[in-house]
Amino acid sequence: MDFDLSDTQKALYSSVRRFFETEAPPSRLLKIYDRDEGLDRDLWRKSADLGLAGLIVPEEHGGAGLELLDLAVVTDAMGYCAAPGPLLGHALVGMALSLGGSEEQKARWLPRLASGEVVASLAISEHGERWQPDQWTAVATAGRLTASKKNVLFAADADLFLVGLAGGGLALVEQGAPGLTVREVDGIDRTRRLGALGFVDTPCELLPEGLAVAERIRDAALVLLAADAYGGAHRSVELMTNYANERVQFGRTIGHFQGVKHQIADAAAEVEPARQLVWYAAYTFDHRPDEAPRLAALAKAHLTDRYVNTTRTMVLLHGGIGYTWEFHCQFWLKRAMFDRTFLGSPSVHRERAAAMADWQIN
Amino acid sequence: MDIEQLDPTPEDYAFRDEVRRFYDQNLTDEHRRAALLTTWALAEFEYGRSWQKILYARGWGAPNWPVEYGGAGWSPKQRLIWEMESQRARPPEIMRMGKNLVAPCIMTFGTDEQKAYFLPRIISGEDWWAQGYSEPGAGSDLASLQLQATSDGDDYILNGSKIWTTFAQFANRIFCLVRTAKMQKKQEGITFLLIDMDSPGIELRPIYTIAGEHEFNQVFFTDVRVPKSRRLGEENAGWSVARHLLLYEHSAGLLRMVTELRWRVRWLNELVGLEADGYGGSLRDDPDFSRRLSLLEIAVEAADFAAAQLIADAKPGAPPDATGELLNIRNRETAQALTELGAEAVGYYGAPDQRGARKVVTDVPVVGPPHVLLPMPFYLAQRANTIAGGTPEIHRNNVAKHLLGL
Repeated sequence: MDFDLSDTQKALYSSVRRFFETEAPPSRLLKIYDRDEGLDRDLWRKSADLGLAGLIVPEEHGGAGLELLDLAVVTDAMGYCAAPGPLLGHALVGMALSLGGSEEQKARWLPRLASGEVVASLAISEHGERWQPDQWTAVATAGRLTASKKNVLFAADADLFLVGLAGGGLALVEQGAPGLTVREVDGIDRTRRLGALGFVDTPCELLPEGLAVAERIRDAALVLLAADAYGGAHRSVELMTNYANERVQFGRTIGHFQGVKHQIADAAAEVEPARQLVWYAAYTFDHRPDEAPRLAALAKAHLTDRYVNTTRTMVLLHGGIGYTWEFHCQFWLKRAMFDRTFLGSPSVHRERAAAMADWQIN
Repeated sequence: MDIEQLDPTPEDYAFRDEVRRFYDQNLTDEHRRAALLTTWALAEFEYGRSWQKILYARGWGAPNWPVEYGGAGWSPKQRLIWEMESQRARPPEIMRMGKNLVAPCIMTFGTDEQKAYFLPRIISGEDWWAQGYSEPGAGSDLASLQLQATSDGDDYILNGSKIWTTFAQFANRIFCLVRTAKMQKKQEGITFLLIDMDSPGIELRPIYTIAGEHEFNQVFFTDVRVPKSRRLGEENAGWSVARHLLLYEHSAGLLRMVTELRWRVRWLNELVGLEADGYGGSLRDDPDFSRRLSLLEIAVEAADFAAAQLIADAKPGAPPDATGELLNIRNRETAQALTELGAEAVGYYGAPDQRGARKVVTDVPVVGPPHVLLPMPFYLAQRANTIAGGTPEIHRNNVAKHLLGL
């Protein structure tokens, strides 16, 4: 029995973290915050060259054929760096195609998704906080779709959308399709740009196995959000620790004061033990599928809540500088809000987890 | 609080009606919108300024000041009624640093010339003050401040900088703590100066907040000459003036803060009725959320009565009790918790950056229904509530030391 990551996974984590620390340091993030120019294609191409775009795409379609745990490790590293980019939605579309696409769809899209040539995004969220497959209402009739979707990552830059349909079906729509309109929205988390899509009699192509796949995709997404939240919360604890060891008041570093150090120790105690929850949730996805939905819900609810709390403490312990636009705390504070909101609030997922545990709660 | 809880007399009702009429007749839609859009300390400056001028014209420019300086001479009960009606009307929040902070210090420590010169300009809304306390290296440890003031004949010459100076871009005066001597205790050797913002050698660097707003500045002083006649109190005795001011800072607007909290509880209550739960119902159907909101509502109720007691006990011109600091610890945390629930309530509507729509006069539409405009800016802006004016750690130390004798 081994609860640790493999050496390969540890190496993957280090290389991804090093990549984004070099390519998207806080100075670069601030530029994106000051002037959002949409998808950074250069960064996307470089990360695709690193193999990130096709990490979980099967090898026969040009990917690395890895598991969700490996992608979670990558996402953890990206959360640590508050890395900008569309990987979350892109990877999930690839997974949906792998799990539920026709052979023709797989052959047509997966190699180009794996290479990063095509950027894909997930269009599932609907008006009224409808994120879950059983809440989707969009209907495709005879290959035509009239609907609207919100909170689509990099909506203006993506080439391919996977749209969630009523009953949990999934359909592909290409950017530029007739009747498709894209409305970009300036977001508070500028590392993950959002937009809204409108479809009017837009041609779409169903995934033959969509129905069986939608819930799997949702669960994978929950795990990835939890992994991002873990990475960001972990970084936040590091940032406040570093600051407390640097900032001098009353003739000593503020980390000497119990009022400060206990808050940091509390934050660490909240965050660090949750790491294994993320790994285990990711592991069950491929190896113990019966447990996976509940663990995914637990991980998302727990980690994104911890992340929001931890970033609040981080801002507080930095004092005035932590509250400014020019300083880096804001990248994680806002990313935490994104992770908590995206795919439904922690309450929603705690309730789902309780229901799946079959506890008698009414 | 409600007027019925004050054993009101017919005169009290009449006073209430007079205040209410004043608000109804003078508070414009722009003023109300400016108040509504205030997520952190102060409303858009123009609206705060014009409101102060209206207050002054009515003789209520600074009702809690002593009558000799223009106070309204109200009874404790009238002061409470005023606060209640102000809560009801919600005027825009003005820059308090002059009226509530430096003015009481000028009354206590100022020369007759200083009183005669500055106080009328503050109450009329002609002068707007910024507060020059914190420095890059002196935040919680304020007494370690370094801004140098070198004596040169009848002047001091200032070099250094102040930071986190709220709305300094609108102020025409700034009060500063400066270093006039290096002594054994760092609290000694500090002097309190009243400075004109247009003095040659003063420069501003804007600091944008986490919400992307220009509220703070760093103020740089390069060979700035300040006449010694602008010193408040004795040279090297500025720390006692600062302590006096801090008492006011902790208590200033305490009841206003509680009334603001109460307003936000109401606002949040409306919000949960409007926000979807994802299944066609509203967030109100979520018992988890309702319980958390109730907890905060109870905290606000308790704080309301405690603050009312403080107001009722306060004497015009007398420094407030240290209990204000105690109440503020809780109130600030409650304020933040309310914004946290608000951000949670609006869910994905928190994602858009709506700075453009959040102006008194704007053509930019809100992304989503109108009620989603403010929760996220509130959440971001209120991070400062446990930073500005002293961190909770500093306040806890003060309460432990001064109130509890630990």
